[in-house]
Parts: sequence; structure tokens; C-alpha cells
Amino acid sequence: MESIAREVRLSGSGGQGLILAGIILAEAAIHDGLNTVQTQSYGPEARGGASKAEVIISSGDIDYPNVAEPEVMLAMTQEACDKYVGTLSNKGILIVDSTFVTEIPDTTATVYSLPITKIAKEELGRTLVANIVALGAVTGLTNVVTHQAIVDAVLARVPKGTEELNEKALSLGYEYANNASREFAKGKMLQAN
Amino acid sequence: MTEVKDFGRLMQGNEACAEGALAAGTKFFAGYPITPSTEIAEILAEKLPQVGGKFIQMEDEIGGMAAVIGASLTGLKSITATSGPGFSLKQENLGFAVMAEVPCVVVNVQRGGPSTGVPTSPAQGDVMQARWGTHGDHPIIALTPVSVKETYELTIKAFNLSEKFRTPVILLMDEVIGHMRERVQLPKQGEFEVVERKKPQVGPEQYYPYRDDGTGVPPMASFGEGYRHHVTGLVHDETGFPSNKPEMVKKVLDRLHKKISDHLDEIIMAEETNLEDAEVMIFAYGSVARSAKKAVNILRKNGVKAGLFRPITIWPFPSTKLQEHFNRIKKVVVPEMNMGQLVGEVERAAAGKSIVTPLNRYDGELITPVEIVEKVQEVL
Repeated sequence: MESIAREVRLSGSGGQGLILAGIILAEAAIHDGLNTVQTQSYGPEARGGASKAEVIISSGDIDYPNVAEPEVMLAMTQEACDKYVGTLSNKGILIVDSTFVTEIPDTTATVYSLPITKIAKEELGRTLVANIVALGAVTGLTNVVTHQAIVDAVLARVPKGTEELNEKALSLGYEYANNASREFAKGKMLQAN
Repeated sequence: MTEVKDFGRLMQGNEACAEGALAAGTKFFAGYPITPSTEIAEILAEKLPQVGGKFIQMEDEIGGMAAVIGASLTGLKSITATSGPGFSLKQENLGFAVMAEVPCVVVNVQRGGPSTGVPTSPAQGDVMQARWGTHGDHPIIALTPVSVKETYELTIKAFNLSEKFRTPVILLMDEVIGHMRERVQLPKQGEFEVVERKKPQVGPEQYYPYRDDGTGVPPMASFGEGYRHHVTGLVHDETGFPSNKPEMVKKVLDRLHKKISDHLDEIIMAEETNLEDAEVMIFAYGSVARSAKKAVNILRKNGVKAGLFRPITIWPFPSTKLQEHFNRIKKVVVPEMNMGQLVGEVERAAAGKSIVTPLNRYDGELITPVEIVEKVQEVL
């Protein structure tokens, strides 16, 4: 049977927790009974610089471990957005954190601009959970993993005592994404009319 | 309670190496952390004390290798992990371990070189160093994993070969395999072989530390159990004391090599995919073999009869296994993340019977399946 591999790229800067987000997304895929590979690319610096975590999810074997043409890309800094947007699939989705990404590069992908870090800071009081808000947005706008799987995977990974905060962060990302998606659909209908 | 299905778990390559070492019964790690191998040290630092083992961060990699040899002489299964720059520093003591026949496992998660090179990027530039990094004619065993699961299995295998043949074994990983995470379902303890070194059957008075018992591998007494003997990097007779008698020098070197070359069937492992009817062979190892496997699938879909030969043991080089194919397969493509290292061995094995074409990438990026497909189409 031909299996379809789904590719996700989470990009930003070192220290934003995107590798952890990639690990959680991959673990959610396992919760769904799927096969997965997670890779990362970062520079020698502990913070700063463009970094990315990539996840491939498939019902079959995954040989080449790197993402070639992601269907969804998250960009949490302008630098990462500019650097990695090039290979995004034509029909792909680009989710940018509007807190840091102000200029959307030329792309045929559908762009969702969400204030991810601002949400974490203002609605949850912790910028630290921006990566979990982002995961909520990514999984809300795609169905790469089920909602239950991502909730379970987040709760299994986060430190004890922060479960509620992280679950809230995930839901907020999910809600913002769904609202944006509805707005987008409405816009399309208006355009069609 | 609902039934929990075991879908496996997400594991990193370096983590699989550390877990494999523990599963093989290692009780000692000494080394110096270095990207992209650091997680191996980090995990063993946490877990070794929990199983009564010891973890020591040494002053440098030279000390790390020395401590591993010392620990092994006391009977502990010992391991160190590093990357290119540290692997360079370990070479002197690695040769000592070969000469003094001290079992140990040396992991090198390869990154871009030379020197400190590109710390966070993958490469396969240490393939020849694994073979010839330490001086003098010496045998060596080097294994190279393709996946997280295989990293676990080969770490265990590395210990087994090391203990069985009283020799250092190199686990030659690369950054891609070390850092990637994938879903794994690992075998449970008891589902794989764990080899323990052969100990003397005689008391300390009758014990000769380097007397061949007919197997080529002398039984090894542990320091601290009443046996005392001399351990040296000089050529030594069966008492362990130095000798420079020509017949002794030859005898020792012959035995060191023979204990490996007589057991190639136990040591050499390779995976062959779609080679039965192949008109072109891709020879690839480590993370590049993953791209090669995908390339074979793409080529087959396009009607090209391609197959993959993946050496799991790269040293000793699997010449005989490879040669079986060269009577029929006349085209070979060898992708490597270096400027061409193992390709020379493939050419040597082909001995002019097949045309061997290298495909090299050394910019710190993994060779892609498309690059391999294009090279194959070019040579056909």
C-alpha cells in the first residue's frame, strides 16, 4: 500500500522551544499509531540563530529523514521565515508568529498570521509556552495528528505542575487557529461572490 | 482502565546508543562531552549510577580513553563517546587497547571536519580514521548504524564483539543518526544475545595473560580478583612482559589479526535490498543509506533495476560479500558524505569488473534521494 508522508517544519530561533515542539508533535503521531521521524537543524549557538525542527508522519516506513517539501511551516522569527519558506509546498500552509514576523515573503502558500508569542505573554503570562500555543495552531490548522493525541503528548512531556498552563496554551493556539481558518473561509466566499 | 496499545516510543539515536550500552551491561563511561555525541554522556551520567556503574567526565578525550581501558581491565564493560576532534585524541590509547587486547566500545558520532569543522552538521569523514587512525598494522572492527533502532542493536553487538575478541570496537555513527528521533519498538532484555568475556579457568599462579588457548583470544583476568599481570603497548610475550624477538613480534601480530580474520562470518554484517535482478548497485552506509533506499524505490518505480548494498560492518570491509555481486552488476554508485573514502575499498573489491562512480557531498548536508537518482541515471 502506498503511504503518504506528511511533512511539518517548525522554525524560529534557538531558545524558542521548537525542537521540544517537534518532539511533542512526533510523540502525538505515535499516540495516533503512526510512524514518525523528527530531525532538527541548528547552529552552534545555544540561543539565537535560525533553527528548525522537522517532523515526518506516515503510516509507512520513512527512509529519507529530512523534510523536502513541507505542507505546513511555522515561522516564529523573520529570519527563519525568510530562510526556510522557499521549499514550502505550493498548496501548503504558512503559519507566522506576527509578534516577530512582520513581512510575509512571497509565497503561494496560504498564510495565517497569528500573534503566538503575544498570546502566550498577554493571555497566559508566560512567553515560555509560546511553543505550545504554536503547536495548538499547527494542529488546529492541519489534521496531521488528532486533537486528543496532541493533548496527551503535551501533557506527557511538560514538567509536573505546569499541565494546566500548557493545556491552556494548547487550547488557545487551537482556538486562534480555528478562528483564523473560519475568517479565511469567509474571505474566500466573499471573494467568490 | 483502557488497554494501552504499544505503539513504541520516540527515541533519539544517541539515546538508543546509551540505552543499548546499558542493555549490554556496561558499567563504566569516561569521556568528554562533544557535539553531536553529548547526549550519550548526558544519559549515561544519569543512568550509570542507578545500576551501580560509574560515569567520569575526564579532563579530555585522551584521559577518557585511558580511563575506559583501565576500567575494562578491572572487568567492567566500558564505553566512551565522542566526535571527530575527540576521536583524533583517542587514537593513541585506541592502539594501546588493540595491542593490550582490552575490550571497549568507542562511539564516534561524526560531524564535519577537519579539526573542529562543523559541529552540528553530519559527515562521514572519519571512515578511514576509524580504520587507520591509530598507527601500526592493527585489526579493527567498526559498525555503522542506519536507524535509531539499529543504533541500539549495534551498540549491544559492539560490546559483544569487543568482549568476545578482546578488542576495541568502534561504533561509527553520524550526526543525522545521532540526533534524529524516530519511533522505535526495542527488543526486551533476554531477546538479544549478551556476551561476557572469557575468564581464566586456572588460578593466579598458573595464569598467563596472553597465552592463546587455541581460540586466538586468551582468557582475561580482572584486576582486583587476585590476578596480577603486566599490561603494555610494547609487543609482549604470553606473560605480558615486553619482547622484541622477531619471531615473537610476528606471532603476536599474526594472532591479533587472525582472531578477527578467522571470524569474519560473525563480524561482517550487511543488508542487501533488491540486488537479485539489479543492473545498478548503490553502495551506501549510515544515514546516506536512508536516502539510497528511497532512491532505489524511486528508480524502481521508473523502471530502473536498482538495488542497495548497505554494509553494517564497514571494518573489516565486506569485500567477499560485495564481490559476489560484481560478476553480474556492472555499475556501482557510492554516495558518501565525504570527498570519497569507502569508495576506494569498493573499487578495490570490484577489481575492474564493475564501474564504480562516487557521489560526494561535504557541505554538511545529507545527500538527498534525488541526487542519488540523478547520479544513477547519469551512469546508466
